[in-house]
Amino acid sequence: MVLADNAFEEPLIELRRRIEELEGYPEGSDHAKELEKLRVALAKQTAEVYGSLNRWQKTLVARHAGRPYVLDYIDHLMEDWVEIHGDRRFGDDPAIVAGFATFRGQSVAVVGHQKGRTTKSRIHRNFGQPRPEGYRKALRVMKLAEKFSRPVLTFIDTPGAYPGIGAEERGQAEAIARNLIEMASLRVPIVVTITGEGGSGGALALGIGDRVYILEYSTYSVISPEGCAAILWKDQSRKAEAAEALRLTAPDLIQLGVVDSVIPEPLGGAHSDPEVTCQRVGEVIEKSLNDLAPLEIESLLAQRYAKFRALGAYEEK
Amino acid sequence: MAWFKKKKKPLPAAAEDRPRSTVPEGLWVKCDGCREVIYSKELKLNFRICPKCSHHFRIDAEERIRLLLDGPSKAHSTSVDPEDATAPPSQPEPVPADLFSRIQSTDPLAFTDSKKYLDRLKSYTEKVGSSDAVIVVDGTIEEIPVVLAVMQYRFMGGSMGSVVGEKVTRAAERALAAGKPLIVVSASGGARMQEGVLSLLQMAKISSALARLRQANLPYLSILTDPTTGGVTASFAMLGDLNIAEPGALIGFAGPRVIEQTIRQSLPDGFQRSEFLIEHGFLDMVVARPELKATVARCLRHFA
Repeated sequence: MVLADNAFEEPLIELRRRIEELEGYPEGSDHAKELEKLRVALAKQTAEVYGSLNRWQKTLVARHAGRPYVLDYIDHLMEDWVEIHGDRRFGDDPAIVAGFATFRGQSVAVVGHQKGRTTKSRIHRNFGQPRPEGYRKALRVMKLAEKFSRPVLTFIDTPGAYPGIGAEERGQAEAIARNLIEMASLRVPIVVTITGEGGSGGALALGIGDRVYILEYSTYSVISPEGCAAILWKDQSRKAEAAEALRLTAPDLIQLGVVDSVIPEPLGGAHSDPEVTCQRVGEVIEKSLNDLAPLEIESLLAQRYAKFRALGAYEEK
Repeated sequence: MAWFKKKKKPLPAAAEDRPRSTVPEGLWVKCDGCREVIYSKELKLNFRICPKCSHHFRIDAEERIRLLLDGPSKAHSTSVDPEDATAPPSQPEPVPADLFSRIQSTDPLAFTDSKKYLDRLKSYTEKVGSSDAVIVVDGTIEEIPVVLAVMQYRFMGGSMGSVVGEKVTRAAERALAAGKPLIVVSASGGARMQEGVLSLLQMAKISSALARLRQANLPYLSILTDPTTGGVTASFAMLGDLNIAEPGALIGFAGPRVIEQTIRQSLPDGFQRSEFLIEHGFLDMVVARPELKATVARCLRHFA
């Protein structure tokens, strides 16, 4: 039998199930000892499993439906949420959420990819794959942030921009490109956090900023492992091999200089404790906003330019 | 001499929708547009446009430079790199040397598929003659000084890795420093998979440089040729003050095959072709190859 890709989670799920079962029993019974033993075993096994995930397994964790999405971060970290809708050109794209909120005492603009958790909401959110109007809505909120001098927080979690006929007709490429040039010159601080899948151009279109952070089990890549395997070997099943080759995990991205730092996830991944995950992300964002606030806008823009200007690996012979 | 050239296998990294010959050799060539047989000399004299159906064959970066820039007699200033005279002897008119030919990839991911990435690069360099998938030169177009970057589709499908990103960025910075217009001719399957996320970030890097050019009110013309897809379209190719395409060029974000697989139906005729894009408002003009230079010059005179 071929094991499912996420087989690594199965022993943990089993342990959790047994713990939950025992927790249901009345207190004072002699299950307490057993419960304690199971909890220790779970912690140990979780540490073991998560300590030795390969790149493909991390990709699966990055795609876990229990991970916090942008609306969860807003929910856990912010108040006074005002969501804006529509690109004023064609429509509204539920795959991207944009608006303003109060984050630790200050008004900020928030943009992020939103996936769904039920079949219905997944379809509604188009599995977090934006169409051009999503990127144009994102740009609208960013330009408003610029107008009212509010920092911009972006949350990236998408398999990629949607490849469809309508998306092409309405200029998917132009929408992404426009965001890149506008984010490069936006005259307010931008803090980017990759919270799940950083899927190619669809991710990058929200990805230019003064700080770029990534959650421990998130990925950022030019192409999905499946897509890469299909092109290289005409065989999607070699995705694990492709994931290794693409070097798409957080530690890889640090090494390649693509992200500033990695935000550690709770034991067992972000989905095992969304509250703690959100708080950790909140701490990092708060600190970086404080660091960026005193900078003159011109030096902020100069630093942003230098940051992306330096990316790439080449030699001059 | 063969009457017909054997069909080559498509390039590995090329986001091809259908196999096409790139540079015709041999005495006769079959047109990819109308399937007619054309005498290759006639094709060459006709800007590599089919005399029967006006299908624009793909052309080499050097040929493109020759087509757009004034010849050596009129050239304004060309900082020729002596050790980099890459013009093949068969070509009558030399083109200015690539300004940044020394920039070369270092294989940051140690990427290997059926072949090591570095070996692949080496074999393309030997086959194509350029160090990577773009050439940057100084020159003049109807005596207007410009910085010109031309993508080389034959080099790994014109894919954009760190070297392409760095060279186009330098082209933009050079135009900025000299106060000259920037012209970029795109021909690319998109970001180069073999350099992973670093290829992706080249989109950000180039777009940042273009933001500075825009800030300085310098003209940037994007010329899109067959094919321009993926990360190249989704960054600098779509960001021209004017976006000009050749007729019939495939231009899009996702490749047609990816879209077909996603929506599970076949695509309409003409989808993602230049004419489709101008209809949808993403191009300023579709210009036939013989008029391209004069058109670019006319545009530049309005801006400069």
